[in-house]
Amino acid sequence: MARVVVDVMLKPEILDPQGQAVARALPSLGIEGVTGVRIGKHVEIEFDGEPDLERAQQIADRLLANPVIEDFTVRAG
Amino acid sequence: MSPRIGVVTFPGSLDDRDAARAVRRAGADPVALWHGEADLLGVDAVVLPGGFSYGDYLRCGAIARFAPVMTALVDAAGNGLPVLGICNGFQILCESHLLPGALTRNQHLHFRNRDQRLRIDANTTAWTGAYEPGDVITVPVKNGEGCYVADPATLAQLEGEGRIVARYVEGNPNGSLHDIAGIANEAGNVVGLMPHPEHAVDQLTGPSEDGLGLFTSVLKHLARVAA
Repeated sequence: MARVVVDVMLKPEILDPQGQAVARALPSLGIEGVTGVRIGKHVEIEFDGEPDLERAQQIADRLLANPVIEDFTVRAG
Repeated sequence: MSPRIGVVTFPGSLDDRDAARAVRRAGADPVALWHGEADLLGVDAVVLPGGFSYGDYLRCGAIARFAPVMTALVDAAGNGLPVLGICNGFQILCESHLLPGALTRNQHLHFRNRDQRLRIDANTTAWTGAYEPGDVITVPVKNGEGCYVADPATLAQLEGEGRIVARYVEGNPNGSLHDIAGIANEAGNVVGLMPHPEHAVDQLTGPSEDGLGLFTSVLKHLARVAA
């Protein structure tokens, strides 16, 4: 399958209130010792033919991530 | 002839009718603009209204940025066309890089809907000339992703150049850095504001008429530019 995976994460310096809310819920599951949770987006792009990392990079850069607040990685899936 | 002010409707816009009404109350003619048309119909200024364009999918404003009307708007804004983005409109302006920074999830994760006190800090923009710096106004705020963030260099630049148009006072509803409620571009023709002045133009339906000043300001600005 011609799949490319893009993972988008908030930059480390940007507060992630969603991740914090999850982290704060963990003790009620009886889970201790977690020092941080950060939540991002996992995007799977299916290409017709070969996985096109270059076009996936363009898609990620122009649309999937906002470079002001997010970083992304692109890899063949 | 009264100035013509365009109000863009995207799929998911909610406040386009209130924005058009505020435009009319200020003494201008509202012109409906459609997201799918790359044509601003020769309007003198544009309002990007609040709502949830394209369902806020991916990120607020991220998909609206690529609407045909935005291509025309980005060019026109570069040539000095006054543009006001309210709430979702502010998010679209940031995603379009007409304004720096980004709007992120409210720090406390709650949607905030209340009347909000704002201090106008800059009256040199196309949209705030009717106010005096330091004026405190009351307008509704209603957002889930209104927390303004930018890197320290951008914040310092905004502060240094007097481009922070309005700040939250008596309580920051979303965790915005420097209590920022609204900013302007370098030229002052593009303004983004998270709270909703268009909902505060009539005592019957809003907490005040304080928001009308945004719309009368642009008429003053247009008259000055034409003179």
